[in-house]
Amino acid sequence: MPSLGADMESGTITHWLVHPGDVVHRGDIVAVVQTDKSDIEVEIFDSGTIEDIVVPEGQRVPVGTVLAHVASTKATPPPSPAGPGGPPTLETPAVAVPAIEVPAVEVPTTAPTPAPLAPQGAEHVSAPVGLVESPLVRHRAEQLGVDLSSLTGSGPGGALTRADVERAGAARAPKSAAPPSAPHRAPSSPFARRRAGELGVDLSLLTGSGPGGAIVERDVRDASRRPAPGEATPTGSVAPDQRRAMQRAIGALMARSKREIPHYYLSTTIDLTTATSWVERANLDRAITDRIVMAALLLRATARAVQRVPEMNGYYTDGAFSPRTAVHLGVGISQRGGGLIAPAIHDADSISLDELMRRLKDLVQRARTGVLRSSEMSDPTLTVTNLGDLGVDTVFGVIYPPQVAIVGFGRVREQPWVHDHVVDARPCVVATLSADHRVSDGMRGARFLTEIDHLLQRPEDL
Amino acid sequence: MTTDEARNLMRSVLRPIAPEANLDDVAPGETLQEALDLDSIDFLRFVTGLAQATGHDIPERDYETIATVDGCVAYLTSLT
Repeated sequence: MPSLGADMESGTITHWLVHPGDVVHRGDIVAVVQTDKSDIEVEIFDSGTIEDIVVPEGQRVPVGTVLAHVASTKATPPPSPAGPGGPPTLETPAVAVPAIEVPAVEVPTTAPTPAPLAPQGAEHVSAPVGLVESPLVRHRAEQLGVDLSSLTGSGPGGALTRADVERAGAARAPKSAAPPSAPHRAPSSPFARRRAGELGVDLSLLTGSGPGGAIVERDVRDASRRPAPGEATPTGSVAPDQRRAMQRAIGALMARSKREIPHYYLSTTIDLTTATSWVERANLDRAITDRIVMAALLLRATARAVQRVPEMNGYYTDGAFSPRTAVHLGVGISQRGGGLIAPAIHDADSISLDELMRRLKDLVQRARTGVLRSSEMSDPTLTVTNLGDLGVDTVFGVIYPPQVAIVGFGRVREQPWVHDHVVDARPCVVATLSADHRVSDGMRGARFLTEIDHLLQRPEDL
Repeated sequence: MTTDEARNLMRSVLRPIAPEANLDDVAPGETLQEALDLDSIDFLRFVTGLAQATGHDIPERDYETIATVDGCVAYLTSLT
C-alpha cells in the first residue's frame, strides 16, 4: 500500500484492475485505492508478471502492506512504492508477507458484465496459472455464465486462461444492447468496463473522451450521474463521514507540520498589469479549449523561481534537507463538499505553459469528481495554494511535511499602485511564502518571492 | 433560445462541475463564481461547456457579461 500523501495511514483496495498472470509494465494502473480523501489510481513501479494478489478488494490495510507480488522481468532493484522521486520519509520497505491464496475477487454480478474487447496481447502471454482451471478462471466463468467444459484452453499445456473465458463470455453476451447502427465499439479501459457493470451503464451508448476516443472510467461515471428525466438529485459531493475522516487526516498532518516545522512567513504584492494583458492577448487567438488562466502563469512562475532558490524545493527528513531537481508542483484544490487535496503537476518547470494549463484543468477536474493517480499524490516537492479563489487578498499556507515551503496567491484584484509618482489602478496579487527555517531564511525567502515577481513581469518567457 | 432553455443549459453544464449547485440560490447581482464557489478553472469549464453546447465561441471579453445568472441568460438568449 503506497503512501499517497503524508497524511495517509491506511487505504482500502476498491478495485483490482489486474489478475495473477497478467503482464504489467512500470506505470500501468493496477488498482484503485480509496483513502480518506479520494479514490487514487495506483501505478505499478516495476514491470513483470503479477504472481498473486495478497490484499483482496474491500480490505483496508496500513501503508506499507504488500498488496501483490510481481515476478520482475528485469533484475533491477525495485524502487520504493512512492517512486524514485518520492519523499524519503514516505518510503516504506516492502513488508515481507507470506503469499496467501488468491481470494475470490468480489464483483457484483447483478448488472450484466459488458462484453470485453478482443483479448490484448498481454493476455496471450499470460503465465501458466498452475492449474488447468485456476480459481480465478472458474470464478470468471461463473460470472460470465460460461461452461468451462466446452472450452479449449490456449494457455501453456492447454490450460484455460481468463482470456479464453472472456472470449467465450463475449460470444454469448446478449447483443441486443448494442444499437444496430454501431457495429464497432469504441475501445474502453478495463476500469471503465468494470465500473459500467457496477453502475449499470451501457458502454455502447457512450462516447469516449480518452485517447483515440476510448471510453474511460470518467465517461462511465458521468453517464451514470446524468439524471433520468424528472430526476433532479445531483450527486458527486463528498459524503459527510468521508468529509469528517478527511478533516481528521488534514488536521493531524497540519498539527504535525506546526509542531515540527519552524515556519517563517513573507508576503509581497505583485503588479500583474503586464501578465494580465499578455493573457488577454494570448487568449484572443485561442480556441476556448486552449485558453489559459492567470493561475497557470502563477504556478509556472513559482516552479521557475526554484532555479534561483533551490532550497524551496525538496524534502526535509531525518534532520537534513534533500533538494530535488525536478519541480513537482502540488496544487491545492478544494473538493466540493469540503476538504482539500494537493496533487502534483509533474515537471511544472520544464513542460510548456500550454501543457501545464492542460494538466491543471485535468487535475482540477479529476480532483473534484474523479480519480487521482498514486504518483500525483505521493511526490509534490513544493506546493502552491491559490486555486480556491477564495475572495481573500492574502493566504498563508501551512507546509505539507516533508516539503519545506508553500506559496500562496490571493485574489487578483485592482488596487491603487504608485508608479512614477502617479497613482494608478492595477491588477495585483499578494504572493506569500511560508517556508521552513531549518532549510532557508528570510533573505532567501525574499529572494524567492522577488524572483516570482520578476518572472511574472516577463510572461512571454514563461 | 428561450429563458427557460438558457437556464436549463446552464444547469446541465454546471452539473458535472458543481453537482450540488442550485441556480435558484444565486442572488440576482451575485456572480456565479462567488455564489457557487467556482475557481477560475471551473469557470473556464463552464464557459467552454456553454460554447460547445451552443456552437458559439464565447470570447474572453464576454466573461464579465455571463458572470451572473441574469447576464448569462440574457447572453445565451441573444445568441440564437
